[in-house]
Amino acid sequence: MSDPILRLEDVYTNIAQYHILQGVNLEVPRGAVTMLLGRNGVGKTTTLRTIIGHWRARQGRILLDGEDITKLPTPAIARMGVGFVPEDMGIFADLTVEENMVLAAVSGPIDSARLDWVFSAFPPLKTFWKSEAGNLSGGQKQMLSIARAMVEERRLYLIDEPTKGLAPAIISTMARALKDLKDQGASVLLVEQNFAVARALGDSANVMDDGRVTWSGRMAELAGDAGLQERLMGLSLEAH
Amino acid sequence: MIKLLLSGDTPRSTVLAVILGVILVCLALAPFLFPGVRTVDTAARICVFIVLVASYDLLLGYGGIVSFAHTMFFGIGAYGVALASTHMGRGFDAVFVGALAGTGVAAALALLIGLFSLRVRAIFFAMITLAVASAVAVLVSQLSGLTGGEDGLTFQTPRALGPAFKFGDELFGVKLNGKLLAYYFVFFGALILFLLLLRIVNSPFGRVLQAIRENDFRAEAIGYRVVYYRVAATCLSAGAAALAGALYAVWLRYVGPDTTLSMELMIDILLMVVIGGMGTMYGAVIGATLFVVAQNYLQNLMGAASGLVTDVPILPELLSADRWLLWLGVLFILSVYFFPTGVVGRLRQGRQA
Amino acid sequence: MSAAPEHAPRMAQLSLGDRLGPWMPLLLVPALVVLGFLAIPSTSSWLTLTVSGLAMGMMIFIMASGLTLVFGLMDVINFGHGAFVSVGAFVGISILLMMGHMVEAPSLVLNLTAVLVAVIGAMAATGLMGWAFEKVIVKPVYGHHLKQILVTMGGLIVVEQLIIVLWGPEEIYFTRPETLQGAITFAGAALEKYRLVAVVVGLAVFAAMRFVLRRTKIGLIVRAGVQNGEMVQALGYRLRLVFIGVFIAGSALAGLGGVMWGLYQEVVSAHMGNQAMILIFIVVIIGGLGSVEGCFIGALLVGLMQNYVAFLEPKVALISNIGLMVAILMWRPMGMIPVVKAK
Repeated sequence: MSDPILRLEDVYTNIAQYHILQGVNLEVPRGAVTMLLGRNGVGKTTTLRTIIGHWRARQGRILLDGEDITKLPTPAIARMGVGFVPEDMGIFADLTVEENMVLAAVSGPIDSARLDWVFSAFPPLKTFWKSEAGNLSGGQKQMLSIARAMVEERRLYLIDEPTKGLAPAIISTMARALKDLKDQGASVLLVEQNFAVARALGDSANVMDDGRVTWSGRMAELAGDAGLQERLMGLSLEAH
Repeated sequence: MIKLLLSGDTPRSTVLAVILGVILVCLALAPFLFPGVRTVDTAARICVFIVLVASYDLLLGYGGIVSFAHTMFFGIGAYGVALASTHMGRGFDAVFVGALAGTGVAAALALLIGLFSLRVRAIFFAMITLAVASAVAVLVSQLSGLTGGEDGLTFQTPRALGPAFKFGDELFGVKLNGKLLAYYFVFFGALILFLLLLRIVNSPFGRVLQAIRENDFRAEAIGYRVVYYRVAATCLSAGAAALAGALYAVWLRYVGPDTTLSMELMIDILLMVVIGGMGTMYGAVIGATLFVVAQNYLQNLMGAASGLVTDVPILPELLSADRWLLWLGVLFILSVYFFPTGVVGRLRQGRQA
Repeated sequence: MSAAPEHAPRMAQLSLGDRLGPWMPLLLVPALVVLGFLAIPSTSSWLTLTVSGLAMGMMIFIMASGLTLVFGLMDVINFGHGAFVSVGAFVGISILLMMGHMVEAPSLVLNLTAVLVAVIGAMAATGLMGWAFEKVIVKPVYGHHLKQILVTMGGLIVVEQLIIVLWGPEEIYFTRPETLQGAITFAGAALEKYRLVAVVVGLAVFAAMRFVLRRTKIGLIVRAGVQNGEMVQALGYRLRLVFIGVFIAGSALAGLGGVMWGLYQEVVSAHMGNQAMILIFIVVIIGGLGSVEGCFIGALLVGLMQNYVAFLEPKVALISNIGLMVAILMWRPMGMIPVVKAK
């Protein structure tokens, strides 16, 4: 934990007149999956969007590998090796799956070995390679969204609710892919509401409430303590 | 009493109140204070433009909708009076029939355009009104059998409003003739229309309109049918513009494409609204007065300035009175950037500071 | 775990109507041509009108394509777009007038060289102007439609007036280069050479634009940006630069359209951009704001409609385009090929 890939120091973000983030402190260790948990509306998505630069932090610092990226424009942050999977998936519906992937490979042509790996994780993408992304099912769109981040090796992956609204069978595909990513030693900051997935993937966990991180620790510790979950999130994750 | 007339929407700035008071007195007594054909004509034009600009402000300032067809509605009203007076013969009945018919046509047309474009996106409205307005302008100049084409129509207004009609000798050195009555016809017509518009924007309807301008999504979520309100505003604004056109026709006893339908006039209206202050109604008074006075007297000044720099290349060209529109354009852009609340906004701000 | 049912291919489930839907607008052009054939008594006049309608449509498309892309990409509506048309026409025609001997020479090579120089000059001028326009006029009002409309309209007036300052208030008449004058006879119909050239140029521009948008990475970025600009940035592309590029390219194309329009009418005036603007707006609205294909189809429809109706009933020609717009908006309120925004 001494050399985190990403560190947020006392970050405040406003959206219009609303104060969404109110002093977020967060560390994402290198080569591990860090969960960002909490009830709806506590600022998880805003935290990710502030890191990638869609929202601007009003106060505080965001450090990527020790470098201050707080004021950098979004494209520059992305070019530093941050892969982003937004909550709404951000699929380009009129473009084909292939075109979506080509765009995601920022630094040049897609590496074929890496693409094979992506295909093995998400077989439907190969099937529909030449189809318009807008015609994919919800689960396939989510696969494409994650595949876009995976198509190049990133220093850090920011993934926002990859299993939201998906059928159980797809969730397990998704979880396996993320596990695969983790096994490759990727650094991931993952927002996830599905407890089974969170417990299976997470190394460490951060729980947010009311625009702040209120608890940080090992995922296993949180997973094993129903009382702690109840206290932090107002519900037990086991209940899901 | 005054508060009631102003629908509770007072100027809220002493300076503004004084300026408005001075304009009101000047316009009310214009034939006596500034006797002279040209000055009275200027005063009448100010009256008409105040209504025209105020009706545009209802749409732009309160509704947040940009229209390029406002002169079209203005023209429809003017042509209504002209056509009725030509075919029915001179008389107040012709004026009223023409004005009412013009207003009806304008409102109906506004309803159609509004339903078509505002239903989808407000931005369509600006583009579609531009297209429709220019098509109508072309149509009017082509249908010369009906409209007199490019030459326009000259017609006779009721005898009581003509210079030949005398109802007394002189008062403070001013001849008591029909021209004087015509001026007051225009003045009171404009005053009533302006107060009505003020009433509309301060009614619950006006409040909803402003809410929609600020955040249409939220207004819709609260339960207001955004489209209906926008279309209704369009119709009201078009109707008021048509009535202003009717007043203008009565005053000029002439209508033509240049005086009532031209794109240039549309730009003038935009400028008056922005300079006076969008969404304030009183901005229309200030904007129209400033603009019409400036148009009458500043152009001479530019001509003089141009004469002074004849030796410098290009500059005389830039300063020539014909380039009046160039500087208006520049002024317009600058006011939208730096002065979006206009004169009225500035004055009110000054009071709060 | 078994394969999820969602993975099974499901493309065949689209009904015939769904699959035809996207192609419907494309069928409108031949449908209108056939309609024209039925309405116009003489086949040769019909052929002449069709060619001039297509030529006009191509020119409008060239002028309008930039506007629709700029809107799609950054949600910027530029009411000053017509200014580029006027400036392009004036610069191009001035260059042609300066090269009088090359224009009057009865040599195709010399003529085309002159026209090419004029086109390049006009496009360079309008491209540069587009860059300045974006910086000075448009950039401060991003994300604010009302101000955009007002400010760009102001820009149009200023540019129009500057044209009058520089070139004088009079319309400039001139004649087309020697070898582009006259007509060829085909199947008994007189087809003006220049109109055929315009059709070819228009097709070339459309093909080139489609190639760039479909086959190059920059085209991919533009198309993706039209749908979800935020995500394009999150992938690491500087959308702002792409946008400026598109704005400049669109302005240069408007300039090209201006030169072509000027050569077509053999007269240029400061107001021609203003007049073109009306047709341009109709075209981008019926095409679907942001869609290049829709813009192309819309432009052809407007060009054909204008020519057919002008022949059949001259006085309603302009109104006919309004009618066309109304009809299409009743059918598809967002235009023929609506652009689906991600948000």
